[in-house]
Amino acid sequence: MTPPDRLPGSKIPASRMNFGMSRPGGNSAGPESPEEAEKKETLAPDAKIDLAKERAETGIDDVFSALDSELVGLAPVKNRIREIAALLLVDRARAQFGLSTSRPSLHMCFTGSPGTGKTTVAMRMADLLYRLGYLRRGHLVSATRDDLVGQYVGHTAPKTKEVLKRAMGGVLFIDEAYYLYREDNERDYGQETIEILLQVMENQREDLVVILAGYKDRMDSFFVSNPGMSSRIAHHIDFPDYTLDELDDIGKLMIRAEGYQFSPEAEKTFREYLDRRMKQPRFANARSVRNAIERARLRHASRLMGAEQTVGKDELTTLLPEDFRGSRVFANSDSSADSDDPLASDDSLAD
Amino acid sequence: MHITQGTFSYLPDLTDDEIRKQIQYALDNGWPCSVEFTDDPHPRNVYWEMWGLPMFDLEDAAGVLAEVNACRKAKPEHYIRLNAYDASYGKQTTALSFIVQRPSEEPGFRLDRQEWHDRTIRYTLHPYVADQPHGERYNGHK
Repeated sequence: MTPPDRLPGSKIPASRMNFGMSRPGGNSAGPESPEEAEKKETLAPDAKIDLAKERAETGIDDVFSALDSELVGLAPVKNRIREIAALLLVDRARAQFGLSTSRPSLHMCFTGSPGTGKTTVAMRMADLLYRLGYLRRGHLVSATRDDLVGQYVGHTAPKTKEVLKRAMGGVLFIDEAYYLYREDNERDYGQETIEILLQVMENQREDLVVILAGYKDRMDSFFVSNPGMSSRIAHHIDFPDYTLDELDDIGKLMIRAEGYQFSPEAEKTFREYLDRRMKQPRFANARSVRNAIERARLRHASRLMGAEQTVGKDELTTLLPEDFRGSRVFANSDSSADSDDPLASDDSLAD
Repeated sequence: MHITQGTFSYLPDLTDDEIRKQIQYALDNGWPCSVEFTDDPHPRNVYWEMWGLPMFDLEDAAGVLAEVNACRKAKPEHYIRLNAYDASYGKQTTALSFIVQRPSEEPGFRLDRQEWHDRTIRYTLHPYVADQPHGERYNGHK
């Protein structure tokens, strides 16, 4: 071995001089892989497995409590996820008895309006499948048409395969998947992507899980044009729109996370805002709530700057009704809206 | 003649499962992997042909193994090796490199002697397969 002091001026720290050779078995061992855990002997036919204990060992309850605390509403989605988790857990128990369990198809399709939490649930799903041992890494790779479809002949396949390789061991989340297929152009390269996807979804089921997402009606027509895709997806999960109460809860969760609070009157104004905003076009559920809060923060900040007085913690954290009244949503009928508010004109698009 | 080269040259050939674990070790260290092949086994031939570009941002060994298998299918009678690069030195540094496929028959090398001035003898190695042109070596597989 060359002692490190033989190389004066070298910027490589002495600890790097071994080129990683001394590390095997050291810090990078990581948790025991699921395959090794599964190689345990088959149990006797009269043995008993404590499913609750198995469940606790996988730590999926953490995922469920995170789902419950971070995601408001979405009861049908949560139920479906619980069902899938139960199936996978029972399959694991069956495998311990040596019962044949074909690996269930885990590809999914999330449909729903914008802002209903499809991406968030996909991330939780990746975590859940990792904990259950159905994914080796549990990361999420997000892709849209741009990432998958090439621009000239021969460009698509390498591009799609590269994304697939990155997603191996985790979840490939394809947002607005219906853009992959353009029915008006039969020579569109998207068709090639779909074919490669189908092949991988069928042959490398143990390597990755594909989740497609998009609006319900457009996904339906996508599946009509691509029946092979529809039949390879086992779980079609529909995300319902949020109710007013749920949106209210989401807003409260968001401002708490940002370190703000509503004044008692602002709470009512916020609810009224949501009620009006829901009836307007281009309402994007939780995303609209987030935008409304962002704009309220802007108005809150300019209000404090304009007041020219000393501020304490209460003033810095409390949103008042006028922070919401400035919105265009209140502009039509509400006389208390401040029409001189410079931010009101910025709201011309949506929120 | 069993040609050895690279990180695990002193071991028997790795199985696919062992290869997968080595790839995962490389990826866990943040080393991108690449696949290369050649039908010129001379030890001083360090620049093998690239099978696609190095693969960046991978998390799981399955993606690299798929490329290894694709290369094996296309080049069944070539030497194939896997390289992992460590970029932390600021330049492309090979951190790991090992052979993942070899031809079914390896004829080996001939020792050539060349008479030089003052009865000096100069020696060189000559791979028997190098007598055939590229693409016709190792049972004629391209």
